[in-house]
Amino acid sequence: MIILIIYIAIFAAAFFVVRFGVHKFRQMRDFTSLKTVTFGDESAVRPDRWASVISVVTIFLLWGAFTGSNWVPIHAPGPFVGDAEFTYTLEAPNGERDDATVLVRVFNVGEEVEIPEVEPGEGFAKNDASSVGAWRSDLILMDKNDEITRKDGAKVVAIDGQPVSAGETVSVAAGKVAVTSKGSLNFSPAGGMQMEPIWLPPPEDVVKRVGEIANEGYQNFTLWEHLYWSLFRVIVGFALGAAVGIPLGYAMGLSDWFRGWFDPIVEFMRPVPPLALIPLVIIWAGIGESGKIILLFLAALWIMTISARAGVSGVAISKVHAAYSLGASKWQLMRHVIVPNSLPEIFTGARVAMGVCWGTVVAAELVAAEKGAGMMIMVASRFQLTDIVIMGIILIGIIGYGIDILMRKAETWLVPWKGRI
Amino acid sequence: MSTLSIENISMRFDLPNGGHVQALQDVTLELNTGELMSVLGPSGCGKTTLLNILAGFLAPTEGRIILNDHPVTGPDAERGMVFQQGALFEWMSVRDNVSFGPRMAGIREKEWRGTVDHLLDVVGLQDFKDKAVYELSGGMQQRVALARCLANDPDVILMDEPLGALDALTREKMQGLVLKLWKETGKTIILITHSVEEALLLGERLLVMAPRPGRIHKEYRLPFADDGVGKDLREIKKNPAFGEKREEILSMIWDMEEEIMGRTEAVGA
Repeated sequence: MIILIIYIAIFAAAFFVVRFGVHKFRQMRDFTSLKTVTFGDESAVRPDRWASVISVVTIFLLWGAFTGSNWVPIHAPGPFVGDAEFTYTLEAPNGERDDATVLVRVFNVGEEVEIPEVEPGEGFAKNDASSVGAWRSDLILMDKNDEITRKDGAKVVAIDGQPVSAGETVSVAAGKVAVTSKGSLNFSPAGGMQMEPIWLPPPEDVVKRVGEIANEGYQNFTLWEHLYWSLFRVIVGFALGAAVGIPLGYAMGLSDWFRGWFDPIVEFMRPVPPLALIPLVIIWAGIGESGKIILLFLAALWIMTISARAGVSGVAISKVHAAYSLGASKWQLMRHVIVPNSLPEIFTGARVAMGVCWGTVVAAELVAAEKGAGMMIMVASRFQLTDIVIMGIILIGIIGYGIDILMRKAETWLVPWKGRI
Repeated sequence: MSTLSIENISMRFDLPNGGHVQALQDVTLELNTGELMSVLGPSGCGKTTLLNILAGFLAPTEGRIILNDHPVTGPDAERGMVFQQGALFEWMSVRDNVSFGPRMAGIREKEWRGTVDHLLDVVGLQDFKDKAVYELSGGMQQRVALARCLANDPDVILMDEPLGALDALTREKMQGLVLKLWKETGKTIILITHSVEEALLLGERLLVMAPRPGRIHKEYRLPFADDGVGKDLREIKKNPAFGEKREEILSMIWDMEEEIMGRTEAVGA
């Protein structure tokens, strides 16, 4: 909740700084900048690159600040670490009271600490010492060294002077102390506002993990091998899907019989999400490469078929007529008119298919695989290796984004007339 | 020699609701080589259907078309088409569009290069030959379409409202170009148009068609196309005889439209 408020605050602050600071000095005087009606004119809405940069930086800043990263100068309050102290008041059955101090050493999980030595002190309640990891809690049997124990009928009636009874919790300087139903004390040091590394590791841990896995590997394969296998499956599956789907789509666009024959099949298979096919594919082809590739083939096939069919339907009839009356044969019409004319549609389909394939491969690897990006994060999550999981998610995102950028580049290079007719 | 005969063409097809449409009824016509005939008529008079039958895209239910002593059965390079919206191939340069016909016929480049270059000169696109067609303006695109059709050296050119999508100024320039090309190449041309003025300016013969069923209403022989070659077409339009004809044909088509409207209203009431 606090993170959301900070995020919105940064969003708004950056907007005002950029709008009234940066833009004052660097005014672009192109045509769009002279438009007065921009609200509602989609063509006048251009992404503000400052906003994009600040947006990405903000995410890393918040991530770093709330995980205690060394890379980020500002931190949210971290967990309490060090020696915490509180006093409890023990009441003997005869009504007599005595105070004793508990010293708790709070350490970062993973470090070695010694429980500090304390003087037992005066009275029938003796001082105690204990240790607890940050973000953890510790059950303190405060009366184990006391002269009168709970068995004798003694009970804690106050902590740091605040009266308590069983089941209640009070705040002390460095955390909270709860009195359990059985009368012992449970000390939780203050957690601060940072995330514990097992939930969300700081960015440098993730980066360090990239280096580690890239060199040493994880689950018998290096990072690059995991990613390579995922990409390999996508590319082979997509290529096979396109190799079958595009000719099938053309056939459906050009022949009554093909259209009639495959229409029910395509229309039935199209809404079935590829993920729903995973169980069947595993039954039929196992969890090896062939199973994955069959799945991705099926994921790409229908999309490519439909886009090729749409590409053929999208050919203006006047172009077909023009080609025929210029003396083109059916084959020449196909080669010089229908195929080039359907390329924009096919590219759109290919972009969608690549996106679906990439999502499907990761999901398929999550279910069962020996290697691959999805398998890597699945196994890591079982061991609560959050840094590997986050690293995997980031890399999967980057690769998916990269694929889309490549497809778009290929599109502008191969079909420059798209959207300009 | 290459006369085009349209012999008793009728076209009638069924509708899904059980009715039928008589798109054309008993159209008979003969064109000699080198004649330019413009076709006018209210919408629904079957002029586009007639053109599609001539091109070979549609089969008539009765009658036949004879060109060069053989019947027309399908599209062929001997009958070139020019469409309202260019119908150019965006993935080819201007030059590749113009040379499409010869290339499809398997003619080698050195044999068609001269013709194509000459045609690009004639339509004034020599400087644009390597441009992509989507970079050209509408008028230029239509000039590419004309050159592409001529590069194939067809016997008959069928134009389906070729200048309909152009602005008034470009349209006037293009009308001059069509006349020039017609005279220079001596092609037989059938031109469908919505503009009475254009039909009068360009048509050596003018065919007015009537709707429901589509049929020939009246035919004119006009002097304006011959007069207009190489001249300012605006001068021709000032000719009182031109104005008279225009009024005559306009009121004829107007009457037909009125009749259709009246009939539709009567059906509705």
